[in-house]
Amino acid sequence: MFGRIVWLVLRKDFMIEVRSLETAYTMLFFAISCVLVFAFALVQEGRAPEGGAAGILWIAIAFAGTLALGRTFERERQAETLRALLLAPAARPAVYLGKLLGIVALLSAAETVLVPLVALLFQAPLLAHPIWLALILLTGTVGFAAVGTLFAAMLIRARSRDVLLPVLLYPITVPVIIAGVRATSVLLEPDVNTGFLQVWLALLVCFDVVFVTLALWTFEPLMTD
Amino acid sequence: MTPADFDHLTVDDVSRHFGRRRALSHISFRADRGAILGLLGPNGAGKSTMLALLATLLRPTSGRIRYGDGGAAGAALRAAIGVLGHDVFLYPELTARENLEFFAGLYGIADLGAAASRALETAGLAGRGNDAVSSFSRGMRQRVALERALIHQPRLVLLDEPFTGLDDASAEALGRRLTGLRAGGAIVILATHDLDLAQGLLDRAVFLRDGRVVHAADRPDALRAMYRDLMARVGTAADAPDLTSR
Repeated sequence: MFGRIVWLVLRKDFMIEVRSLETAYTMLFFAISCVLVFAFALVQEGRAPEGGAAGILWIAIAFAGTLALGRTFERERQAETLRALLLAPAARPAVYLGKLLGIVALLSAAETVLVPLVALLFQAPLLAHPIWLALILLTGTVGFAAVGTLFAAMLIRARSRDVLLPVLLYPITVPVIIAGVRATSVLLEPDVNTGFLQVWLALLVCFDVVFVTLALWTFEPLMTD
Repeated sequence: MTPADFDHLTVDDVSRHFGRRRALSHISFRADRGAILGLLGPNGAGKSTMLALLATLLRPTSGRIRYGDGGAAGAALRAAIGVLGHDVFLYPELTARENLEFFAGLYGIADLGAAASRALETAGLAGRGNDAVSSFSRGMRQRVALERALIHQPRLVLLDEPFTGLDDASAEALGRRLTGLRAGGAIVILATHDLDLAQGLLDRAVFLRDGRVVHAADRPDALRAMYRDLMARVGTAADAPDLTSR
């Protein structure tokens, strides 16, 4: 039953996004604009600052993710469908997990556009180690989205939710962003130090386990009342 | 999961505060199977808060709500409750069928397609099942929303202003559906301030004002006159009758 609820929520969010493409377009437009602005500001005479690409990539992911989180839950608020989800006998952690996977899928889709764009504009060899990069992006995205999904759901009834979400989200996810940036920077070095990479990756996996477990544990009490 | 089964519910001295604001104060009443109970009162009387408490979306600040003998709780209880809110609780981007299948799945119904088809048939929208809900009129959305709330055949049906925005034909159809639920043994509780439509439908009326019960009547007739008279008076704690026993 748990897995079925996760699948139903994920499939529902996917169908809505495919029909409207609203969040995807907004998120991509914002993220691409962000990368372009940084590229124009930082790339001088065809030379990008060392390690800058990793930072820009993660800034774009974090900003795009915040937009996606806000928009996904705004949809649930508009027709009060979150109430209907909470009224159902479905396990609430399953609802959380379904929403989380939807956000991760959306961000992963954005990353497939952002990575080549950043690699091109900053002349960074981001795609030289695609498996390592995929692992870093996946673990970082899960950590960021795990906290974001919980906060976005909690703030759904707050009047100033659009302001509060980044205020709460960024301080908590700073370790994820830092680990993501450092791990990605290691990938950009001429000789990749896999030892360092594994340390950062292990850190990201630890964040994911802690954040997802905490969120699954607290989602039900936080959404009740 | 097996839904909880109960043949009555009892609201026993329930109060609900939001911070320092008192939304409900010492509310008591009882609702039985095979009967429609109306929560009547002006805007801000506490009707929607009462429904949210009955739906388990809120917890009472004090007092108790007992479903049957009081053993039902959690997911099993939620599986026995159907709620039609003031909003329709439907995703406008999805079709009526997709919405119904999604909610049928949340309630653990095995054959989603069959459940959605039945619901569309009952709503009189079998031919529009594959149209997006955003293309529906208010009345059509309300019909789909009602069938969404009833897709799992709940024991307790809670409706918040179900007649809002409906034309005469849709309101009549809704009335027929509610009497059908009563005949089927459901406990139906509806909150409304549309007394003309509630007239003749209610087995019991509980009048709320400023978060307090000011009157209750069995088989009420001349609701509007009764309502006007009651609302003209200022309800006080001393007026609130004990309605837990019939």
